[in-house]
Amino acid sequence: MSDITKQTLSELVNNIKEKKLSSSEITQAFVDRSEKSKELNTYITEDFSNALEKAKKFDDNPKLDLKLPGIPMAVKDLFCTANVRTTAGSKILNNFVPTYESTVTQNIWNEGAILIGKLNCDEFAMGSSNETSFFGNVQNPIDKNLVPGGSSGGSSSAVAAQLTPITIGTDTGGSIRQPASFTGTVGLKPTYGSCSRYGIVAFASSLDQAGPMAQNVQDCALLQEVISSYDQKDSTSIDFKRNQYSKELTKDIKGKKIGIPKEYRVDGMPKEIDDLWQKGIEYAKDCGAEIIDISLPYTNYALPTYYIVAPAEASSNLARYDGVKYGFRADGENLIDMYEKTRSEGFGAEVQRRIMIGTYVLSSGYYDAYYLKAQKVRKLIKNDFDEAYKKVDAILTPSTPSSAFKIGEKTNDPVSMYLNDIFTVPVNLAGLPGISIPAGHDSKGYPLGLQIIGKAFDEQNILNIAYAMEEKINFKNKITDWWIK
Amino acid sequence: MSIDLKTIKHISKLSRISVDEKKAEKLASDMNSIFDFIEKLNELKTENVEPLTSVAETTLKLRPDEVKSKNLREQIIKNSPKDNEDYFVVPKVIE
Repeated sequence: MSDITKQTLSELVNNIKEKKLSSSEITQAFVDRSEKSKELNTYITEDFSNALEKAKKFDDNPKLDLKLPGIPMAVKDLFCTANVRTTAGSKILNNFVPTYESTVTQNIWNEGAILIGKLNCDEFAMGSSNETSFFGNVQNPIDKNLVPGGSSGGSSSAVAAQLTPITIGTDTGGSIRQPASFTGTVGLKPTYGSCSRYGIVAFASSLDQAGPMAQNVQDCALLQEVISSYDQKDSTSIDFKRNQYSKELTKDIKGKKIGIPKEYRVDGMPKEIDDLWQKGIEYAKDCGAEIIDISLPYTNYALPTYYIVAPAEASSNLARYDGVKYGFRADGENLIDMYEKTRSEGFGAEVQRRIMIGTYVLSSGYYDAYYLKAQKVRKLIKNDFDEAYKKVDAILTPSTPSSAFKIGEKTNDPVSMYLNDIFTVPVNLAGLPGISIPAGHDSKGYPLGLQIIGKAFDEQNILNIAYAMEEKINFKNKITDWWIK
Repeated sequence: MSIDLKTIKHISKLSRISVDEKKAEKLASDMNSIFDFIEKLNELKTENVEPLTSVAETTLKLRPDEVKSKNLREQIIKNSPKDNEDYFVVPKVIE
């Protein structure tokens, strides 16, 4: 079978279960394609030979009742993997080899999947274009000069380029949904507390969530089913009844009430995005959903709130990188000098900027004016959603205010980079689930995504709406394999 | 509001990140444009709003305090940039 890498996850799983394909054949196919795709720079660490060995072991004793039997999979390099280097895209963790496994990846391996490598990302997941990675930028398989989005840019690029059948990313302000939108793939940010944060390199702990990234909604649902679990090791993990998302998936969304928030029609939004949104509304109606206009009045305050809360938490989380117990160390004249040089040389510019912002807003005399203020506005933003969900079951918006931009286009203007997350950030602030599905192309032929936001713990509902709309949209990604010589 | 070089130097001390003059100037300019953007929050009156500290509306659960991990001393020490096989080594702090 020459087209193994073109198969969906569900097809691969079926082929393994029916013994039409072995794990070795499938793993070899994805390893071969990854080898030919180095130009995309999706991998930070490859684990190909171990993967092939594990695949052989699986074939010798196949456990076919697992959910991901012998399926190879690369994951974002923000997940700690025992005995496999984990860098978070940073020089400061360049040589860090975890002694433990993140709960989310452990859940994946428990269902039979096999690690093939660690994927590139913005440094400590701080970025919207994968350009802040110490290991270089990633190319979007859609077009050589385009960013793949970020921070899960290696993940989105690898799924779109079919170097891994599925993957996982993390999403603090849009880091799964925005790259999914930029690459014509599907990405789900689950409800806060759905997936354990144990073993994920921390960025902003009250916002971070891991989630699945896939070629289609069905695969995304299956992976969500695998990774979501209650975990004692994460004190914010929530014990609730989790669905069998892929088994309960249905296209019957008749009568579902879908809200359209008027505040998401932002100034300067390209007409193409507005047109896509209108088309999305029509698709939802075709599926039998009822469209209701709603208002989320505090939307415009979400980004400024985020750029206080996230850096504040980051400055605290990143205090641990001091060059003592692990990671990079620079020489210094004394202990303090060693700390200061280590952090100055070990962190990239964007990470330093955010640590400084966070330190400032938490510092004596400024805490009330910034951090406390932001927490209050965060409450208002969450109240907006609570009010809206009295009237609707889900909310439909564009995923991003534009299609993928060019490499280097926004690197000198942090604020314009931040504006990319305008539609995704409110969802993290309110702790809700949101999914981005590819919904069309702009005039340049670049993919555009629509976002469906759900009530807390209502992943099944937004997956169902996405599943129904996916069929109507019938999106085809335009990827030419230009990077394969 | 404007963040001056003196403030940048102060924050850099608190952050334990060394900055030279050139870097301080760039940081000041970036941070000023970011704070211009953040100042938008001042349009809102929030005196009577409760701050949101966590979206997870649960109380912390208690669990038995048990040792579950193995002794990984060797592997953990191996990750250190400088050690003497038993301890992490740092520059001298006591004269």
